[in-house]
Amino acid sequence: MEPGRERFERTIAADERIEPRDWMPDAYRATLVRQIAQHAHSEIIGMQPEGSWITRAPSLRRKAILIAKVQDEAGHGLYLYGAAETLGVDRDELLDKLHSGRHKYSSIFNYPTPTWADVGAIGWLVDGAAITNQVPLCRCSYGPYARAMVRICKEESFHQRQGYELLLTLSRGTPEQHAMAQDAVDRWWWPSLMMFGPPDDASPRSARSMAWKIKRHSNDELRQRFVDICVDQAAALGLTLPDPDLRWNEERGHWDFGAIDWDEFHAVLRGEGPCNEERLTRRRRAHDEGAWVREAAAAYADKRAGVGAAA
Amino acid sequence: MSAPEHAPGGAPWATAALALGDDALILSHRLAEWAGNAPVLEEEVALANLALDLLGQARALLSLVGDEDALAFTRGPEAFTHVRLVELPRGDFAHTVVRQLCVATWQELLYERLATGASPLAPIAAAALPETAYHRDHAVTWTLRLGDGTAESHARTRAAAEALWPYTGELFDPVEGLDEVDLGALERRWRARVSDVLTRATVPVPGGARLPGSGRAGEHTPHLAALLDEMQSLHRAHPAASW
Amino acid sequence: MSEAERGWPLWEVFVRPRRGLAHTHAGSLHAPDAELALRNARDLFTRRGEGVSIWVVPAAAVSASSPDERDPFFRPAADKPYRHPTFYEVPEGVRHL
Repeated sequence: MEPGRERFERTIAADERIEPRDWMPDAYRATLVRQIAQHAHSEIIGMQPEGSWITRAPSLRRKAILIAKVQDEAGHGLYLYGAAETLGVDRDELLDKLHSGRHKYSSIFNYPTPTWADVGAIGWLVDGAAITNQVPLCRCSYGPYARAMVRICKEESFHQRQGYELLLTLSRGTPEQHAMAQDAVDRWWWPSLMMFGPPDDASPRSARSMAWKIKRHSNDELRQRFVDICVDQAAALGLTLPDPDLRWNEERGHWDFGAIDWDEFHAVLRGEGPCNEERLTRRRRAHDEGAWVREAAAAYADKRAGVGAAA
Repeated sequence: MSAPEHAPGGAPWATAALALGDDALILSHRLAEWAGNAPVLEEEVALANLALDLLGQARALLSLVGDEDALAFTRGPEAFTHVRLVELPRGDFAHTVVRQLCVATWQELLYERLATGASPLAPIAAAALPETAYHRDHAVTWTLRLGDGTAESHARTRAAAEALWPYTGELFDPVEGLDEVDLGALERRWRARVSDVLTRATVPVPGGARLPGSGRAGEHTPHLAALLDEMQSLHRAHPAASW
Repeated sequence: MSEAERGWPLWEVFVRPRRGLAHTHAGSLHAPDAELALRNARDLFTRRGEGVSIWVVPAAAVSASSPDERDPFFRPAADKPYRHPTFYEVPEGVRHL
């Protein structure tokens, strides 16, 4: 075995971290670039569904919370693009792939947010599922990704709580508010279960990612963990989860849940979700409309550098 | 103008708190509209910080006068007393930057003065000062880059300055409760500072007279009604609800 | 992509969490110049009060030891146990040493 590969294998086996300048298999690098970029894109696109409620938030306290949360998502996108860049790709290149549709982002953000309760359901369920996914990533074998995830997980704990509190307030509010909360949970429950990815037997790349310790738990394992957590939380909210097959399985020590509609998952992934086009168009527009600003700042920096060099 | 009906006992500083609170509230709203639309990702974070600082100031100021949410979500346009400059649509990034330069420079000078006073505004102004200084710094940084960047950015910055300038006069209109402030002197210092930045940015300082009317008297552009329609829509749809 | 449309360069960001501690690497960001890099770093890495001082360094200006040489580069330090206090025997009962 070549020395680089041997060292890589030894580092992974010892549960130590791979760092940017280490030798790594091309497939390991490619897997990480794809995963980190998709994660970063999801943070950036994920600003939109909730961001659309900033201007309509019904109290100033909620408005402040929502601005701070959407801001965090931009920040998390930046941490993640930074982690991806340590693998030798350029952020502009990654953004380009997002804008041209060659890179995916989490399909959850292709669902619409027609009511205020969606802000709560996204915080509780979507961020909750994301956190369940992300906590093990803090121990991912690639150092920069793991470090970004530590920072992100620390910051995200408030995201889920604010969503839960928002839903609780609605659930205990007027009948219209309660109905709004229930409707949002009904719409977001299944898509958030899909966030854990295809079932293990249909997830071809999972095994390799686990061998490389990029992933620490299988999709189904994490999905089950999430369901188990949510059942009690839903009860405390006074809301129901839209699954008639949900029941405690004494033998397994877990909640059984109904079958997931994977056709829907794949359709949304293919770009047939209700908001795919809208999300990408908006993202592209922001980028294109910002071009003159980025150019201006670069031109100004060049002029200053010129002045400095001449002096 | 129906603003004074919210002022407890009609204390003069309450009129000022409402006016300055409305300035911060509406400007924060316009800045928050950038979420997801900023020219570069780093600026998403920066613009949200500005919006959050101003929203915090607005909440503190409005709470001096009454219930912050009742004030924000149940008044009609004619009861708002912010300057019209802050309600204008966010426009392109040059409009946002030039407006921030004008408002932050003014706020910093005003808050410096109010922070040393004896009214209930003083602690709020003192707490807001470091935020405002940073807002000015952010605006100066960007005004220089846009004004002295490319031909396009220069043209946009110049157009923004010319479009916004006629609205800046309202910043120095007398407001009940701000009697301790020498508005004439404030205006001279403001003009010197803003002119200096524009000049360094190679942007000509606009001339021309102010527009008639004043937001301080509850006179507004149609943009405010549209802004409030959106901002108040959910709150108004559920009058008995808490959030 | 035109010359002007090329991306802003990458900067490495170091944050001093509080007085008495060293600056530590926090991450990276893009900025056209040092002034904006500092402001962006302030907004991105210290929005929860995580720092009292920031350094930004152009990523291109960082020289790093090569990982391929890591054994020869660092081994000389690993075989000098006498640099560490645990190398020395201290009789039982001797304190404050």
